[in-house]
Amino acid sequence: MPARPTLLATAGALVALAVACVLSLLVGARTVPLDAAWQAALAFDPGSADHVVLASRLQRTLAGLAVGVALALAGAGLQGMTRNPLADPGILGLNSGAAAAVATGVYLFSFSSVTQFMAAGFVGAALAAVLVYALAAASRTGATPITLAIAGAAVTAGLGSLVHALVILDQGALDRMRLWQVGTLGARDLGDLAAVAPALLIGAVIVLGAARALNALALGDDAAAGLGVHVGRTRVVLGVGIVLLVGAAVSLAGPVGFLGLVVPHAVRLLVGSDHRRLLPLTALLGPVVLLLADVVGRVIAPPAEVQVGVMTALLGVPVFLVLIRTRKRVAL
Amino acid sequence: MTSRRLLLPLLLVLAVAGLLTARVLLGTPFVYADLAVRAVLGEQIPGVSFIVMDDRLPAAVVGALAGAALGLSGTVFQTLLRNPLASPDVIGVTLGSAAAAVLAMAVLDAQGMALFWWTLLGGLGTALLVLWVARAHRPGGPGAGGAGAVDDRFVLVGLGVAAGFTAVIQYLLSRMESQQAGDAMHWLVGSVAGATWPRAAVLAGSLVVLVPLLAGLVGRLRILQLGDETATSLGLPVPATRIALVIVGVLLSSFTVAVAGPLAFVAFLAGPLARMIAARPSFLLAALLGAVLVLAADVAGQNLFGRHEMPAGVITGALGAPFLLWMLVRSKTSGSGR
Repeated sequence: MPARPTLLATAGALVALAVACVLSLLVGARTVPLDAAWQAALAFDPGSADHVVLASRLQRTLAGLAVGVALALAGAGLQGMTRNPLADPGILGLNSGAAAAVATGVYLFSFSSVTQFMAAGFVGAALAAVLVYALAAASRTGATPITLAIAGAAVTAGLGSLVHALVILDQGALDRMRLWQVGTLGARDLGDLAAVAPALLIGAVIVLGAARALNALALGDDAAAGLGVHVGRTRVVLGVGIVLLVGAAVSLAGPVGFLGLVVPHAVRLLVGSDHRRLLPLTALLGPVVLLLADVVGRVIAPPAEVQVGVMTALLGVPVFLVLIRTRKRVAL
Repeated sequence: MTSRRLLLPLLLVLAVAGLLTARVLLGTPFVYADLAVRAVLGEQIPGVSFIVMDDRLPAAVVGALAGAALGLSGTVFQTLLRNPLASPDVIGVTLGSAAAAVLAMAVLDAQGMALFWWTLLGGLGTALLVLWVARAHRPGGPGAGGAGAVDDRFVLVGLGVAAGFTAVIQYLLSRMESQQAGDAMHWLVGSVAGATWPRAAVLAGSLVVLVPLLAGLVGRLRILQLGDETATSLGLPVPATRIALVIVGVLLSSFTVAVAGPLAFVAFLAGPLARMIAARPSFLLAALLGAVLVLAADVAGQNLFGRHEMPAGVITGALGAPFLLWMLVRSKTSGSGR
């Protein structure tokens, strides 16, 4: 029955993705006309200002695609794995773990390359994820959406203090961290993208491939075990995939919050909560939302840019509040 | 029991006095107690008078007053909302104040006490927003036993609002020039080190007005805790009382934020700690504990990090987060109820 809506939604998502990519290439402080873009694609001219702008926007758009896919899939995976509709790499403290690890790396070991950022980001995100989950699970009510969110917020606050302290100890780090702490797509080039691509691909394959297991987990651990799913092993593998995705996204763009919360919920409204449809469509629509947020951020307050991390938070907070308000019980 | 009731506040007063003394004497250069006393009494001692009277003593006084105000503000919110997680810094009220102040710094170049109006506006707006959502979330629906208590979902609302404000603040910081951003970030962490006598006077003045107001409201707050229906039948105007308490709570935290920045988690820590050591909620103990926390954090920050000065807010933040997690793990119903 749902085959046709799914087909329709997929086609719509592909069109939206194409539109978002084109907008991301053309719109900005200097708007490039469509025919100039066509010219650039046919015969690139380094002397043309339009073409140079396009080239830099192409890097930015590709980074947006990668980060959008990574964070949206990570959010969907987290929501399914923890049966928690409020799960998001930002809310559960993964972003702040990665950020704190990067800051520690910058301070202690003078990290500067994206590979080093990424390695630190993986470790930080993984540690934060384990810490938040363990603390929430240790509370009397177990790992409910509420305890997970509170634990995530507390870990975020504590790590925020750590980052502040490091910034104070090293005044030179202030500017780097200040700009990096807000998620932005404009700071990376193709080499950085290539460096994180393997981690991103592996993470995406793991999460996309876990659709059936996630469907089974949605029924509860016991039911999933009854269906032949190794619950513990699945969680570990999924966790590794999610950490790979978050680490890659954070090292590319800094902490971008709420994208992983918003996109899966929007997709659920479109095609329901079967992960076999949910996950691929989430991966398509994540970059659409991120790129559009980035485009709006470029034009909303000229001449400066509003970083994409600010835009996603402004978009995501109302959605978060509506999710809390409309659900009688916060549960999937 | 009565001796214990007297003993605890007395011990805490001694702790505050001890920390005040430590804040004035310790550091580089170390100031000998007899010289410090003579400087405080008005004698001009080269090299000592300035350090004591213009640098360390105002910081110590502002630290004590700010801690007390935050402790009171946190306890007002925690008691009113019947949730230990509902302190102004956890539910986003402090961040609302901070965001409004940073906006004023960035756009209007506002500084000093001009920030107060902005912290007040931001704090009140955020408190009303969060409470409006909280009203819609009595556990079990309206009239079903919840009677004004709010559940943890409402803390989630505060966390979400706080995340939004954090994004706004970081955007504003990224737009500022480096020097201004450094100042703003320093203020955002919360620090009493740069305190001056005029600021201490503002804070003291606000406490002189607000503490009697609060003392007058505490009796009503206790009645409110019996539940909205009981309170109404006892003749208490429930919505008006609640709004008055929220305004006093926000005023207490807004003044402090304007003077010392948002000192993370002090408002959250003081109330539960007071309840823990006294086995009962107490505004007096919460105020004293708040002062102890800020002073201790400031003394540690000034003296334990070599040539760097660590702002008190960094230390209270680093200590507050584990405590919040510990409360989460320890509490029977994930922090709801009491």
